[in-house]
Amino acid sequence: MSLFSAVRETFVGIKSLFTGMRITLGEAVKPNITVQYPHETLKMADRFRGHIKLVLDPETGKSRCTACNLCVRACPSGCIEVEGMKREGEKKKSVTEYNLDFTTCSLCGSCIEACPSDAIEFSKDYNKVSLNRADFDHMDLVKKLEAEAKVWAETHPSTSAAPAEANPVAPTAPEPKPAAEAPKSS
Amino acid sequence: MNWTAAMNFLSIEPVRLLLYLVGICAFVGANAAYLVLAERKGAGRFQRRPGPNEAGWGGVLQPVADGLKLMAKQMIVPPGTDRLLFRAAPLMVMAPPLLCLATIPFGESIVARNLNIGLLFVFAFGSINVMALMLGGWASRNKFAIISSARVVSQSVAYEIPMLLVVITVLMVAGTLDLQELIVQQAGGFWHWNLFKVWVNPLMPVTFLIFFTCMLAETNRAPFDMAEAESELVAGAFTEYGGMGFGVFFMAEYANIVVGCSLATVMFLGGWQSPFGALSGGLWGPVWFLAKMYALIFAVIWIRWTFPRTQFYSLLNLSWKILIPLSLVTLLLTGAMIKLPLLLELF
Repeated sequence: MSLFSAVRETFVGIKSLFTGMRITLGEAVKPNITVQYPHETLKMADRFRGHIKLVLDPETGKSRCTACNLCVRACPSGCIEVEGMKREGEKKKSVTEYNLDFTTCSLCGSCIEACPSDAIEFSKDYNKVSLNRADFDHMDLVKKLEAEAKVWAETHPSTSAAPAEANPVAPTAPEPKPAAEAPKSS
Repeated sequence: MNWTAAMNFLSIEPVRLLLYLVGICAFVGANAAYLVLAERKGAGRFQRRPGPNEAGWGGVLQPVADGLKLMAKQMIVPPGTDRLLFRAAPLMVMAPPLLCLATIPFGESIVARNLNIGLLFVFAFGSINVMALMLGGWASRNKFAIISSARVVSQSVAYEIPMLLVVITVLMVAGTLDLQELIVQQAGGFWHWNLFKVWVNPLMPVTFLIFFTCMLAETNRAPFDMAEAESELVAGAFTEYGGMGFGVFFMAEYANIVVGCSLATVMFLGGWQSPFGALSGGLWGPVWFLAKMYALIFAVIWIRWTFPRTQFYSLLNLSWKILIPLSLVTLLLTGAMIKLPLLLELF
């Protein structure tokens, strides 16, 4: 009886070994799932919370921020400083300085909820490393936005032109050159 | 100096042996280096990652980088060790596989020294490997190394028995210890291989499995790598070795795998014989031999990355309670199958 069960156990065991080997071989012929990090990166999830950033308005190539200071008041850590001024020919104020103290920010998102003009959002930027403390406790978001606008203007020369010129007759006309420079010069 | 004169010079016995020796050293060295890479690549493949891929194209220079790193390191002899044994152990662990490969026929005429007791020779020298690991562990004056030594010995004793019983089974079928003769007997298609000689003994495939399992255990491969269980014993018997001393132990493990797989190829898979009868002779011999050997090595890597490490007791149980009775059964069955016709003729 016990010999019988021992023999049966042996056979079951051997069969399970071959099953295991079949499974690993099956996995081995499937493609790699590694993301070679420094060479390639994954797209960050929509809910990812990096530091906040100013949203680039694709229609104007500028920020939507009106320096209303609601985010400053909403921030529980008091880590946002906003300065704005009124430019001639514009109805609302526009932002001139937006400093974030990321060392005290808890990424709660209250500022984003409070913003009436959807001018700020969480960035997807996680490659944040610096030897300089000032890079974190005085993050100049306006400067970041300007850098972003420059890149955006170079990569989207035609789309920024269309709303600025408001020319419905020939939207594909090859004249976006001066328009593309417009957001840069202003 | 013309071609025939050069060939005559090369075929002088001492010159020929020297050339084979150099060739075998190069073969073992290259295999040890690149099987480490193959192992790591295989590990990656089975876990769906690419493995080492930064050094050179797809990581082909990784063994060079590893070797340079190991050679650049100092080989420290810790205080309190037995200096002579400590130094001798890496040599002793590397020498047996080199010696064993001298008798292994890679092709019809490619063999350094075909002995008429080749099989015995291989097993005699193969068991020195265990002694070298034991001495290395003992000489290290390190508790992990000594525990590992004890494990190596008990594991080796346990698995040497079923392995030799299986070898005896093959010997009874073949009737020769000559490896070249053993291969010649398996000529003419894969159904003539010892692995599939079921009319001689219906348990012949089982015999091969026993041999393969014992080979894994003898070379301290996962799932039987109790001797160097990293999670328990740091690096096992070579815990105290640094630099190339460690490197030699590491290379010897792969050299032993090469020897074990070559032996399995010779004994069960027909050595350099073609599996279909066609495409045989000349350069096809070594091609078939190496193809079979590397297929077995792939299986070794495959097994390592499939099964977790066994417990030490279940390791010994597997040998004493399953493999040894099973190999005895195959031995008896073979004996009966060979002698029964003769017995029947008497009546």
